[in-house]
Amino acid sequence: MGANEYVVRTKGLVKEFHMGDEVVRALNGVDLDIKRGEYLSIMGPSGSGKSTLFNAIGGLDRPDSGSVFINDVDMAQLDAKELAYLRCHTIGYIFQTFNLLPSMTALENVTLPTVFAGMTTDEGIERGIEVLNLVGLGHRLHHRPTQLSGGQQQRVAIARALANTPSIVLADEPTGNLDLKTGEEIIALLRELNQKEGVTIISATHDYKMVDVSDRVVWIRDGKIAKIEERADIKVSVGEVEGALET
Amino acid sequence: MSVQTAGNMPGAPQQQIQLPLSKAWEISLKSIRIRLGRSLITASGILLGIAFFSSVRTVTLFPIKAAGPAAIAEQSRHSFLAIMALLVCFVGIMNSMLMSVTERFREIGTMKCLGALDGFIVTLFIIEAGLMGVLGSAFGWLFGMLIMLLAHLAGGGAHDVNGAFFSGAAIQGVQAEIIGIVMTLVASIPTAVRAAKMPPAAALRSEV
Ligand SMILES: Nc1ncnc2c1ncn2[C@@H]1O[C@H](COP(=O)(O)OP(=O)(O)OP(=O)(O)O)[C@@H](O)[C@H]1O
Ligand SMILES: [Mg+2]
Repeated sequence: MGANEYVVRTKGLVKEFHMGDEVVRALNGVDLDIKRGEYLSIMGPSGSGKSTLFNAIGGLDRPDSGSVFINDVDMAQLDAKELAYLRCHTIGYIFQTFNLLPSMTALENVTLPTVFAGMTTDEGIERGIEVLNLVGLGHRLHHRPTQLSGGQQQRVAIARALANTPSIVLADEPTGNLDLKTGEEIIALLRELNQKEGVTIISATHDYKMVDVSDRVVWIRDGKIAKIEERADIKVSVGEVEGALET
Repeated sequence: MSVQTAGNMPGAPQQQIQLPLSKAWEISLKSIRIRLGRSLITASGILLGIAFFSSVRTVTLFPIKAAGPAAIAEQSRHSFLAIMALLVCFVGIMNSMLMSVTERFREIGTMKCLGALDGFIVTLFIIEAGLMGVLGSAFGWLFGMLIMLLAHLAGGGAHDVNGAFFSGAAIQGVQAEIIGIVMTLVASIPTAVRAAKMPPAAALRSEV
């Protein structure tokens, strides 16, 4: 098989949360096709279901119905070991809270996925240094997360996400805990990786700075896709973007 | 750097490999070392429980001065105390182990995102718990036994401290070690298994 056009496809995704008698439908039938190599932003108000969609696409939670296809493989058909393989090799995750392991240095954090992938220690370290250099942190290899700034921690997390050369990087509000300038740097870095390395980036975000670098923006609302816009159609000010969602 | 790797290939899904025990050992040691303060608190929970239990047991190695019914009463009092000590000890260990797993749900979720298998996570916690069990019980026994020995010596019982006492104490030490390790594992494995089986999304959501 050649390079199929879509790296991720979702069909009729539904996810409900039960809290006592109340049922919250966090995803209410999401159909989304994500092209290989694109930079896709998922935007929407708080509680609209962005993180829930992130979890479903990333195989971190099972939807109640509907399917997620990664490289044309239905995720629901995978057993635990196949799912772990997918998380290890095919998807890299980036979180708002960085989620580095506090007991490990930057390099050890970045090397951990290579350990799970079965690389030898030497290969893993070589790869770890390579990706840390790629995100501009080659001089902070042996710092622990607590000895790094928020922006640096997020760079380590990005390096870790790239360690096993995934085809998809999934990010959930990667700039949510960063100041404006650091957030811009992280966005620029993600865009650069997307363009240079060809990795597909899917990012849930509140951050309108992200719109500028996205190939497409998916607006989601109440668990449904409200609209999908190509970047060419979005060249408007942030105020108008917000206005557009209201209509 | 190439992007086209096995992970991108469509076709039959591949399975994640199982890691050797040495990797789990390495990671466990690292996490105990960096969390030394926290690990010491957990281990001291085990230590104090076993110390209490061992102190009660040590007393039984000295001859009972009373005779007849009084001696029997004394013996049953010792048994009762030993059982109570075991219960207190178990609850303490259970609590320590529950804490040490639940406060790391987010880490568990993160590791699963990076490709860890459930079994690997459980192995990590078994190694950590086992190490704390081994060390906590050994020092706990030593501590409990020495306290009672010193107290007895202070009370002028030096003639009771003979070969029989030491061989009795050694047997009790081995028993305390076994009980401590078993209790630590029984207290930690179910929690670790539950945590490892959680969907990563749930584990990552937990705020501790
Ligand atoms: N574990 C859960 N239990 C109960 N309800 C949940 C859970 N997770 C999400 N929800 C609900 O599902 C809906 C969507 O939540 P989600 O976290 O996906 O929103 P979001 O778009 O990521 O919001 P934010 O921008 O604030 O992160 C919300 O109404 C939320 O309350
Ligand atoms: Mg969210």
